[in-house]
Amino acid sequence: MSTLPLDLQVLNAIAALFLLLAFGMLSQRRVVTLVKLLALQAALLCAATLLLAWRTGETHLYLSALLTLLLKVLFLPWLLNRLIRRLGVYWDSEPLLQISGTMLVGLLLVIFSFGLAQPIVALASTATRSGIAIAIAVVLLSFLTMITRRKAMSQVVGFLSMENGLFFGAMSATYGMPMIVELGVALDVLVAMLVLGVFFFQIRERFDSLDLHHLESLREDQ
Amino acid sequence: MSGLSWLIQVIEVLVALLAAPLFSGWIAQCRAVLQNRTPPSIWVPYRNIRKLLIKEAVLAEHASPLFRTAPYIVFGTMICAAAIVPSMGTNLPFSNAADAIALVGLLATARVFMALAAMDVGTAFGSLGARREMMVGFLAEPALLIVIFVASLISQSTALPTIADRLATEAFALYPALAFTAVAFALVLLAENARLPVDNPATHLELTMIHEAMLLEYSARHLALMEWSAALKLFNYACIGMALFVPWGAATTAMPTVPALLVAIPILALKLLVSGAVLATAETAFAKLRVFRVPELLATAFLLAVLGLLVHLLLQG
Repeated sequence: MSTLPLDLQVLNAIAALFLLLAFGMLSQRRVVTLVKLLALQAALLCAATLLLAWRTGETHLYLSALLTLLLKVLFLPWLLNRLIRRLGVYWDSEPLLQISGTMLVGLLLVIFSFGLAQPIVALASTATRSGIAIAIAVVLLSFLTMITRRKAMSQVVGFLSMENGLFFGAMSATYGMPMIVELGVALDVLVAMLVLGVFFFQIRERFDSLDLHHLESLREDQ
Repeated sequence: MSGLSWLIQVIEVLVALLAAPLFSGWIAQCRAVLQNRTPPSIWVPYRNIRKLLIKEAVLAEHASPLFRTAPYIVFGTMICAAAIVPSMGTNLPFSNAADAIALVGLLATARVFMALAAMDVGTAFGSLGARREMMVGFLAEPALLIVIFVASLISQSTALPTIADRLATEAFALYPALAFTAVAFALVLLAENARLPVDNPATHLELTMIHEAMLLEYSARHLALMEWSAALKLFNYACIGMALFVPWGAATTAMPTVPALLVAIPILALKLLVSGAVLATAETAFAKLRVFRVPELLATAFLLAVLGLLVHLLLQG
């Protein structure tokens, strides 16, 4: 049994919690709790980035952690909560699949991403390479969250969580993306969030509901 | 293996036998305090057992020999399990008799005999309780096995004493996998021992009861044995949990036997006090689940256990 240094062990523990939160999101029906879980996930990402920055001495990771903290831990959850209050959506309607069934699919996804990540892990040289599999799993699980939800709000939370997973993957594989890419992605997420916020109001005005189910059928009467 | 270690083995079983009702009494006390009631004496389970042993046993007219022998079989199985579980020391003669998987099988044997005895007399309540018990059992067992597999993967042995030994003596390390499985184990413990979110141990006239429904036809010494084995089962589960997740303090192979044992017994008592209080708090915090929601709870336990397994495999790579 190999014993890792303590900071790597803490990083691994954070990665495990990261995965657990993705499952928590998958099982959660209340939108408010979903946003809380998202903020917690971002906070974990921030902590992992800080720890990695301290370990590798790469200064741009500190900036990245700061960006994560400001944007994803504080601003986006605040924005989402405001939207939830103003739109009055507190619960997602019945999910498309049963929760326990979704969980089992989620487990299979984790196994799948484990297999998927193995060749990458074998090639990677970073100390945090075992996080790659977890990052892929989180991305796929968030994708599953988006697929199984009807309400636009939960889908957006799934989308943001997917982005968190991607960042975690980048961090584990190559100690973070180049600063310019990171800034670009952060800006994109911000703009996407603002545009989606406007979209929510438009959707609700049009269909009296945030259920994306309505978008699937053509409306001939207009 | 000397005569001394056999003596310690006997002491371990005796301690389990005597401490099990006390442990149940302690949990009842904690619950009473948390619910602002005057706590009952910690000796209540003992008095109960004594009272039941004095009484004359009454059997149903159509009871088969199975009904009469089941309490002895269940009680014997629990004693056997108490000998295998390393509650005080890990280097005891009985610890080589069975590994953790066999231990789960042993507990399953007890469950099967309880369910058979409950169905034996043919009352509606008995078979209802038996069916529910089997439902809970078949969902909880895989979760329990995977919890044990995670610990086995980490310590590379399926024998409970060896697992406890390795985890207690090695250098400190963070195991996220063990944290997940600890939560899963707690859920399994609550479900398997008829504790609150799944079954209410304190009520009789409730349509949702599981464990009590199976014991309705028993009286006197048979009932005493059944209740004693329920307490022993809870004690065993608590000791399995401590062996897997907080093994520090039990006498290990590296230490001399007698002084280590003198330390191990007070530490065991302390761990039991703390875990009893935690258990009572958890029970007070949970609301009783509908029977149809119980599979969801156990599915969560299973999910957490498998997640622990996967996380262990992922992070080792």
